[in-house]
Amino acid sequence: MQPEQSSLPEAPAAHAGGRAGRHAAPSWRGRLHGLGPVAGLVLLCIAGTLLNSSFADIDNIMNVLTRTAFIGIISVGMCFVIISGGIDLSVGSMAALIAGSMILVMNAMTAFALAPMLVIVLGMLFALALGALLGLAHGLLITRGRIEPFIVTLGTLGIFRAYLTYLSDGGAITLNMDVSDAYSPVYYGILLGIPVPVWVFIAIALLGGLVLNRTAFGRYVQAIGSNEQVARYAAVNVDKTKTLTYVLLGMCVGIATVLYVPRLGSASPTTGLLWELEAIAAVIVGGTALKGGAGTMTGTVVGAILLSVIGNILNLTSIISVYLNAAVQGFVIIIVAFLQRRRS
Amino acid sequence: MNRSLRKLAIGVAAMAAMGLSSGAMAQEKVNLGVSIPAATHSFTAGVVWWSNQAKAELEKAHPNLKVTVKTSSGAPEQANQLQDLLTVNRINALVIMPFESASLTQPVAQLKKKGVYVTVVDRGLTDTSAQDAYVSGDNTAFGRLAAEYLVKKLNGKGDIVALRGIATTLDNERMDAFNAVIKKHPDIKLLDARYGNWNRDDAFKVMQDYLTRFKHIDAVWAADDDMAFGVLKAIEQAKRTDIKEVFGGAGAKGMVKTIIDGSNPLIQADVSYSPKFIYDAIKLTAEARLKGEKLPETTIIPSVLITKENAKDFYFPDSPF
Repeated sequence: MQPEQSSLPEAPAAHAGGRAGRHAAPSWRGRLHGLGPVAGLVLLCIAGTLLNSSFADIDNIMNVLTRTAFIGIISVGMCFVIISGGIDLSVGSMAALIAGSMILVMNAMTAFALAPMLVIVLGMLFALALGALLGLAHGLLITRGRIEPFIVTLGTLGIFRAYLTYLSDGGAITLNMDVSDAYSPVYYGILLGIPVPVWVFIAIALLGGLVLNRTAFGRYVQAIGSNEQVARYAAVNVDKTKTLTYVLLGMCVGIATVLYVPRLGSASPTTGLLWELEAIAAVIVGGTALKGGAGTMTGTVVGAILLSVIGNILNLTSIISVYLNAAVQGFVIIIVAFLQRRRS
Repeated sequence: MNRSLRKLAIGVAAMAAMGLSSGAMAQEKVNLGVSIPAATHSFTAGVVWWSNQAKAELEKAHPNLKVTVKTSSGAPEQANQLQDLLTVNRINALVIMPFESASLTQPVAQLKKKGVYVTVVDRGLTDTSAQDAYVSGDNTAFGRLAAEYLVKKLNGKGDIVALRGIATTLDNERMDAFNAVIKKHPDIKLLDARYGNWNRDDAFKVMQDYLTRFKHIDAVWAADDDMAFGVLKAIEQAKRTDIKEVFGGAGAKGMVKTIIDGSNPLIQADVSYSPKFIYDAIKLTAEARLKGEKLPETTIIPSVLITKENAKDFYFPDSPF
């Protein structure tokens, strides 16, 4: 009784397409399953070019990729955390806090009349160290403190942003002019025709892929995500591995911040707003299971690019009411997730 | 049990209210509560700063006046705070900048019923009978002055792109006023108006995409000084020279300083929409109540065009905004 009922709505289509059509459907879907995000991205790019030919301009493509770099780099770290079965909701606030603290530290160093170059290098190291430290705090609270990652990072989501707001008096923290000028090539600079942040994004993504697929740590992460108990029996140091994924993510947030600060030379309470959701969406749209266990770095990178392409296309055309921008984004995310869904 | 408790509570409140109003009459003391949003971005930070500024100045000038400033991070918290202001701080006058119009109308009405004189700032309540006076900035002039300035600057001919804030009535009023002026000049073309959410990062992205999409732009109405900041960065990056003017809005101190110094040729003017209106509202309410007078039903703090000539009157280096 049951199967018949569920196949009822398909019946007319099956008649029309005949037996061959019915067989073709699952295999067509099966092929798309792995390629879902890529197919989605290609379709979007074709649509974008048709709607406005400027979309395919090299300048526009570089704009989009540069914009993606922040979320993309964070997504690489997020990919590890999610594959291991965890989650981090605080990355946007963390980026804001790191950006603000980094600017304050750099301004303080400038007051000691250090050379701008030295100030920048020390500032970058500070950002990475602070990111790693905040990630370590997450990791320890989750593994040693035995608190759900959702709760730990929901807590720090509020804490980090509140501290930035406090440090900035609710306004903006602005980088010293001379340092800002010396620092701006890190975001605006172009190397061999490709902006610096895109190079960094490529490097981090390749490194992330390598660590995930070719090292013991990467395999441990996947093992913990598919079955934590079994991983434990197989003598994997679960607590250490999990903590490391958060440290890694913290450092990725640090790197993203290092690229973000020279863009506007300032941090404000709106910095990094909703980055956590974009990063998580990029990872999931890219085909990683939210419950952990399996995922790919390529998918994550494509997912991150896909999200910013949607926004870019919407800005380049005016066929859709500006009130519906967020809805279009939502539809595309759901459609792509549908294309790459796993069959149980 | 519940019902008797509620009766008791109503009784206590009524007694408190009676005690309050008779006390106020006897001593003519004004106990003024100020309820405002917490400082989460530069504009609200300015609101907090100006409120405390008003408290310091007015309490010094009037020994009969006590001002209590409370900030809250959301509408429910603000509603609770209103109750505390009445029962704990025993206020007899209130200046409130509501988070939302609809959800705070009832809590404010409750206070008014108990004899508190209510001045509402910036966002009006849905039921105006819940307020005694209304003080606000001039959103229509905010859009109109910007449009008139740009039309004049472009000699009535050119292409403009605009940014919008967050979809709210306030944003709509500004945009409508801007459009109304632009429509009168057929040679001025408004190419597009998109949301930049009143923040630098989103404005940067929107402007980048405008620059990709439109090969020629004469002027940008950024509609906010923070958004203007992002717009300037995007123009700088694209090295575009066709844009002659970027017009922000609100009169943030960084922008006013730029106008005074003449340090950026793209920034020549701004329009004021200062968080100082909370200062004006507190001052007007306190001084009127000390004399036992009422405020006019509606007071509009005018938005003024800021140019190099008058910029120094709008420059408050100590304010966070």
